[in-house]
Amino acid sequence: MVLENDVEGIAKLADIHIQKEELGEFTSQFNHILEYFDILDTVSDGEEGEADLVNVLREDEVTPSLTQEAACANAHETEDGHIRAPRVM
Amino acid sequence: MVKEYFFEEADRTNAFITRLDLAMYEETGGPLEGKGIAVKDNISTAGIPTTCASRILAGYVPPFDAHVITHLREAGAAIVGKTNMDEFGMGTTTENSAFGPTTNPHDASRVPGGSSGGSAAAVGDGMVDMALGSDTGGSIRCPAAFCGIVGLKPTFGRVSRYGLIAYSNSLEQIGPLGRTVTDVNTLMSAIAGPDPRDTTAYDRPYTHTPSGNIAGMKIAIPDEFFGEGVDPAVAESVRNAIGKLEDAGAETMTCSIPSMAYALAAYYVTCTSEASSNLSRFDGVRFGPSVETKRSWHDEFRDHRGTLFGKEVQRRILLGTFALSAGYYGKYYAKAQVARENVRKDFLRIFKDADIIAGPTMPQIAFKLGEKSDPLSMYLADILTVPANLAGVPAISVPCGMVEKMPVGLQLIGRHFEDERVVDAAFAYEMEVA
Amino acid sequence: MTDKTVIIGLEIHCQLNTKTKLFCGCSTDFQGDEPNTHVCPICLGLPGAMPRLNKQAVLYALKVAKALKLTVPEVSEFSRKNYFYPDLPKGYQISQYDKPIAEKGIMEVDDDEGHPKNIRITRIHLEEDPGRLIHKTSRDRAGYSLVDYNRSSIPLIEIVTEPDLRSPKEARRFLNKLRSTLEYLEVFDGEREGSIRVDANISIKGHNRVECKNISSYKGVEKALNFEITRQRNLIRKGQRIEQETRHFLEGRGITTSSRSKENENDYRYFPEPDLRPLRVSGWVDDIVLPELPDARRERFMTQYGISENHARTLTGDLKVANFYESVADADPAIAAIWVADILLGEINYRSMRIDDVPTMNIADLIALIRDDTITDKSGVEVLRVMLDHCMGENEESCEMPADIVTRLGLTKAAGDDFTAVINEVIAANPNAVADYRAGKKGAVNFLVGQVMKATRGRADPKELNSAMDAALKEAED
Repeated sequence: MVLENDVEGIAKLADIHIQKEELGEFTSQFNHILEYFDILDTVSDGEEGEADLVNVLREDEVTPSLTQEAACANAHETEDGHIRAPRVM
Repeated sequence: MVKEYFFEEADRTNAFITRLDLAMYEETGGPLEGKGIAVKDNISTAGIPTTCASRILAGYVPPFDAHVITHLREAGAAIVGKTNMDEFGMGTTTENSAFGPTTNPHDASRVPGGSSGGSAAAVGDGMVDMALGSDTGGSIRCPAAFCGIVGLKPTFGRVSRYGLIAYSNSLEQIGPLGRTVTDVNTLMSAIAGPDPRDTTAYDRPYTHTPSGNIAGMKIAIPDEFFGEGVDPAVAESVRNAIGKLEDAGAETMTCSIPSMAYALAAYYVTCTSEASSNLSRFDGVRFGPSVETKRSWHDEFRDHRGTLFGKEVQRRILLGTFALSAGYYGKYYAKAQVARENVRKDFLRIFKDADIIAGPTMPQIAFKLGEKSDPLSMYLADILTVPANLAGVPAISVPCGMVEKMPVGLQLIGRHFEDERVVDAAFAYEMEVA
Repeated sequence: MTDKTVIIGLEIHCQLNTKTKLFCGCSTDFQGDEPNTHVCPICLGLPGAMPRLNKQAVLYALKVAKALKLTVPEVSEFSRKNYFYPDLPKGYQISQYDKPIAEKGIMEVDDDEGHPKNIRITRIHLEEDPGRLIHKTSRDRAGYSLVDYNRSSIPLIEIVTEPDLRSPKEARRFLNKLRSTLEYLEVFDGEREGSIRVDANISIKGHNRVECKNISSYKGVEKALNFEITRQRNLIRKGQRIEQETRHFLEGRGITTSSRSKENENDYRYFPEPDLRPLRVSGWVDDIVLPELPDARRERFMTQYGISENHARTLTGDLKVANFYESVADADPAIAAIWVADILLGEINYRSMRIDDVPTMNIADLIALIRDDTITDKSGVEVLRVMLDHCMGENEESCEMPADIVTRLGLTKAAGDDFTAVINEVIAANPNAVADYRAGKKGAVNFLVGQVMKATRGRADPKELNSAMDAALKEAED
């Protein structure tokens, strides 16, 4: 059972802003779903499956990179070839 | 030689997010030459906007083609547009789209299914013969069933995921939708095969001509696929369809999948966990709608995601964040992987005696728009489709009749890498009722 | 008396010098290039791109594991470390969490008394580097950052030690040896900017542990640790408690500051990377052939070349220096040891040159000149300086051969007779000094010898000169 406070904490961890007005509905839906997930408690401790494909590796050979233009093509703000981002304060 | 394809069909169902009224294709002599193909908008297409039906990707133009797109072009296909979907693949109705819902070609008051609803509607409405979708927990098969067309989820790893904008990496596959099993088979042949850029993919090309000869094929019918959550009329329609397969020479038997009890929970824990991580990259810095660089990083990032992700996406990110968080990882994510292995083991056990597992694709016919407003009840609709994703086995939906004037889908599931046999079973059914 | 033992553990991140990045084929050789010119959809974190693991990085990690005597478990896996930062394009770093590539090794290091001790290595693992941030401020707006993704996905090896280190100097020695070992293994280039980053955990026994992040030089580690020890000891002395926290090292000011950022409380929500398959490489370790490592090379230098432990230590501390020494040692190992370890290294350091910039041929030539007594040591130093001042690094032809410099500057050692004349001139020109000498002031000899050295531009051998001066003065008395 999670409370609105907990959902706010998860939202902080996930870096998503949830409006205060939506918190109530979000929390009750959340609880509903988590209750459903409780069925997993009935699964006894077992083994995860073993991967059949292992050691999939690439040779250390250079392949072409994007041009600076292509790399920055979808960015909104660039400066001297760098991409602008908000700063961590 | 480059040629022109004029795509003039009217889009009555809002199947497309981006349309190319004039599409180009190359005369390569390939199996799809000159065919107009629609592509779900979570598959990267170089030079064509790719949005995943989300505002957070508005305006994003990929600088590269997904592996399957390269294959389509080599096969001579004309890509006519990017189809509508539930945002980032999260949904069963294509109502969770920033571009409005797609409607069902059979009934505009109903949903086409999801999350590949746009692709299914485009095929179902006759705009194109074939389309690409993706299936994480039923997202190809569900809309195929609701729209009365054919849709195949390949064996996990048979089709490269390179270029598919990830929702849940360990569960999803790109797959074909088409009017007929033959169309689906042709499209599958074009896209399957090895790709060194996807290190979870196998080197298993697909070259197959469907065969309707299923004499002696053993078909298992799980009790859990016909439980109380399934609409009786739908169940009857599917049982009749299985009867037709018997007419074509197959033998049936019953079976049980005990892990069905927690399969859906395992599915949602896994996909929300992976999604919560996959969706972290949409920060508006390198692509997507801009962020205000004058504000602080966390404030801006938080608001960006809170504003531009739809509600369902936000919900799943929070669920996944919670399931992976310290103190809960063991209870949720780790347990879900064990549960998943149990599902796979159940399938392996059944496949010792049977070649195919059959049942309904969806527990009911297409819902009315707005009907599934409660998230959990929406999730429960995936109950019959998620097991195949958890186990990684191939599964197809083929139309098998109508209930209340709406299509019903017959789901056929096969062993790992026996996509060909699954296609054959569907083809046999198609021929039987032709 | 309370135990005031200092307890230090290190987490060291080293860039592996593979040709391509950890998860894509972009070249790692981006130093000095324009930003965002060594990127692709994968390291740019574009949607739909998928990682591809670099085989060479895995092999390099196994080499390090073998050299540090770590165990390679049967299965190794990559995991996602989830956190949000502008330099982390995917919003997660692909790293290793519960299944690292190797665990439980040791490296021997000398403690502050010179006794060898084993520092336990807890684990090593592979992970990708994030991009690089440049922070900008301007008058009309709040600060913002510029991101360059060239560094994104460069392969890193993270090496974690148990808290076995007991002093900042010991920590520095450990780091030096680690760097040296990695260079000998040829998996690491210590000269590359930003190639090593260190986080240190430090506590005074009985008190809380403090983590210091953002240390990016060897000197910085010692500085940071010294600062922290002082800071913590001061607090203890005042009876205050040590906050268990993460602190940031400010290299320029040599201090650590409390880092109140969210990163302290981060829950990284690790889970296995679903786009990568596991590694089963424990069997590959047997096939790995290790090169001669620093300790072994030091021992060999002592036995093979008959040089002192101190010289051997200096010469083997750096792979390039060791290689250099061996290519000039044939001329005369003992002289070569002195001239490379004691003289050349100092001269190139002073000029901010690298040993790569010095042609071995030229030094071999110089050593031969010294060995053959063609020039004095003092002249040798002058020749070396003249040569280095004009060595243009890559242009070997710009490095004049010592023999040519000697000829050009007329530095060939003056034979005994040559300076008899000069001695007599100096004696004649300095009657006061000669008088002092006669009065018993031995210092006067040094003055007179100095005058001869000046006049002969140091070509005279000091020992020979001293005895010649002595003899001349005695003769003059008579």
